[in-house]
Amino acid sequence: MSEQHAGQHAGHHAGHEAGAHAAHGDSHYVKVYFTLLALLTVSIIGPMIGIKTVTLITAFGIAIVKAYLVAKNFMHINLTPRFVVYLVTTTLVFMLLFFAGTAPDVMKSSGTNWEKPAWIAAEKAFAAGDIAGASLGARIQESHGEGHSEGHNEGHNEGHSEGHAEGSSEGSSHE
Amino acid sequence: MSARPIATTRSAAGMPTPRLAVWWLIASEIVIFGGILGSYIMHRLAHGIWADYAANTNPWIGAFNTFVLLTSSLSAVLAHQAAERGEGKRAANLLYLTTLGGVVFLCVKAFEWTTEISHGMTITSNTFWSFYYTAAGIHAAHVIAGGIIMLIVAQTAKKNLELHRVEIIGIYWHFVDLVWIFLFPLLYIAK
Repeated sequence: MSEQHAGQHAGHHAGHEAGAHAAHGDSHYVKVYFTLLALLTVSIIGPMIGIKTVTLITAFGIAIVKAYLVAKNFMHINLTPRFVVYLVTTTLVFMLLFFAGTAPDVMKSSGTNWEKPAWIAAEKAFAAGDIAGASLGARIQESHGEGHSEGHNEGHNEGHSEGHAEGSSEGSSHE
Repeated sequence: MSARPIATTRSAAGMPTPRLAVWWLIASEIVIFGGILGSYIMHRLAHGIWADYAANTNPWIGAFNTFVLLTSSLSAVLAHQAAERGEGKRAANLLYLTTLGGVVFLCVKAFEWTTEISHGMTITSNTFWSFYYTAAGIHAAHVIAGGIIMLIVAQTAKKNLELHRVEIIGIYWHFVDLVWIFLFPLLYIAK
């Protein structure tokens, strides 16, 4: 068999295995594309309303729908052998395990016999609008040098001077 | 006559080996991007102030790039369809179009990053910007890799050779698009 032939054969073989998508025709994919564009528009307009729930649904809910449409219609995951779906699902489950295992440490500032450095308190104070408290927290950390000092000092930096000039923001920059 | 590699002719596990390989690749990529996005989400939820940092990103630029990637995904899947019909030349042209989408995406990204860096928002500014540049940077690296591979595939496809590769690179490209679908709301919308 010539190489060209072999290539074509392999192409056809792959095509027939994937099966139904060949029968869809180009118009099917164009329809899916316009659906994706419509969803993109909604995901942009939704957050403009300013309601948190609407933002979550339109931004992240729609992202999941778009991802499903791409995986199903463009990647044809539904036409692959079942074990591919299991494979992908397994990696997603690993991702969730990673999240569940590390999120408590990242997202909580204290627990049994442990407490996060002062910069977290500084950040909370800043978030609550207590600029003085935030600056104080940052200064406490600097004076105690809790292992974050190097970045911390720079952290008050240039990048975010607008709106966060007080340096309270810097604290948040270093975990 | 040179022998063809087994990987391109064998159909293991009920599907052609190249397609199996690309799905394995995608599975490993999910862990990479999943780790980055998962870390970003937990830090974003833990640090309310990140909303203020995120306010500096331009949602219109992000939206435009989403539009570009979705459009390039359409041309990639249409290239696959053309390859299925044995129309190698059309498949190659559609792959070139897809690569052009990748180039536009990267140009917009370069403009965006230049603006942000010139305003002092660099990868060392704080953890938010570290995540921002790392996530978007790794994604951009995938766009570059996909574009290069697509050009190589298009070269053979236009001669009506190795048409099965059109589907394989297409699956990879859709995955790159899919990652951006999640990066867009995380980095540009949630403020």
